[in-house]
Amino acid sequence: MTTAYDPRTIWLIILAAGLGTYVLRLSFILLFGRIRQLPPTVEGLLRFVPAAVLAALVVPAVVSLSLTPAPALSFRTGRVLAAVIAALVAWRTGNILATIGVGMAALWGFGALG
Amino acid sequence: MSVRGDYLAGARAVAPVLVGIVPFGLIAGATAVAAGIPPFQAVAMSVIVFAGASQLAAIDLIGRTAPVGVVVLTAVVVNLRLTMYSASIAPYFRGFRAPAKWISAYVLTDQAYALSLTEFRETAPDERSRLWFYLGAATPLWLVWQVATAVGAVLGASVPEGLSLGFAVPLTFLALLFPAIEDRPTAGAALVAGVVAVAGAPLPFNLGLVAAAIAGVAAGTLLEMRAGTFPTTGHVPDDGESA
Repeated sequence: MTTAYDPRTIWLIILAAGLGTYVLRLSFILLFGRIRQLPPTVEGLLRFVPAAVLAALVVPAVVSLSLTPAPALSFRTGRVLAAVIAALVAWRTGNILATIGVGMAALWGFGALG
Repeated sequence: MSVRGDYLAGARAVAPVLVGIVPFGLIAGATAVAAGIPPFQAVAMSVIVFAGASQLAAIDLIGRTAPVGVVVLTAVVVNLRLTMYSASIAPYFRGFRAPAKWISAYVLTDQAYALSLTEFRETAPDERSRLWFYLGAATPLWLVWQVATAVGAVLGASVPEGLSLGFAVPLTFLALLFPAIEDRPTAGAALVAGVVAVAGAPLPFNLGLVAAAIAGVAAGTLLEMRAGTFPTTGHVPDDGESA
């Protein structure tokens, strides 16, 4: 489908989305810059952000929930196997390039098999 | 510590990640053009918004001529996680001058955040400049994203879909996830966030992601409270560096 919007409207969307996104990025970098010392509770909570967000980005790319006809987990076997193999590589080697390379190769390999 | 050495350390850390964002950028450029967005605006969107998932969501809605307010709101809400990154990395940026803060915020991405936070937790501010390591990781990501979108916009439909190249992005996050799991509470945070993310995926505006992140943080906190170790602090130096 192609858009019915003229370039002017698209500019408006791009600028508004860009400004809104920038405000989110800048928010706490400016705010916490004004505080001398972060409260320990806040620091203790923020400690969990990387693990939580990264896991939330990874898992739905491999497994998804389908609601019809009944709630069930749906997945493509090739993706799950590729992700498991990539996870082993990530865990054992800590090497990002190897994780991507092995994961993609596994995905294509399982895709070719069936 | 030297500016050059710290910048290069950041660039070295990000190099493998760049491989993963090339296909994502190609797809973003090609999808934009397919949706009827002029190539120049496709690239401008990458420069101005600079957030892959958000751009793809906006492109999809623009292609369907959805109301302008809905497109903008969706594009911004998809990026809510950036607020958490902003809060999480802010203590390390406290000593930056204002221009450095504004520029650092502009180039804040999942990858630059995760790589820098791992590095900052392992090194002292006097052995590794926060600003230059971060920029060393963040600016190559920015450049590669712009070039990849531009190439995707020009190539358009000839970007192959059958190769599932988009899968390289979650694989990158997977590789970044393991260093973030430091102990049982962080593992619990990751586990709960992963489960809630799957359950919350049908929610509109990518809100499942935000719910998952909050649930993960709550789970980690509960685990530490039960063990009597909350809050675990000490990752962040009392004073930011003066950059």
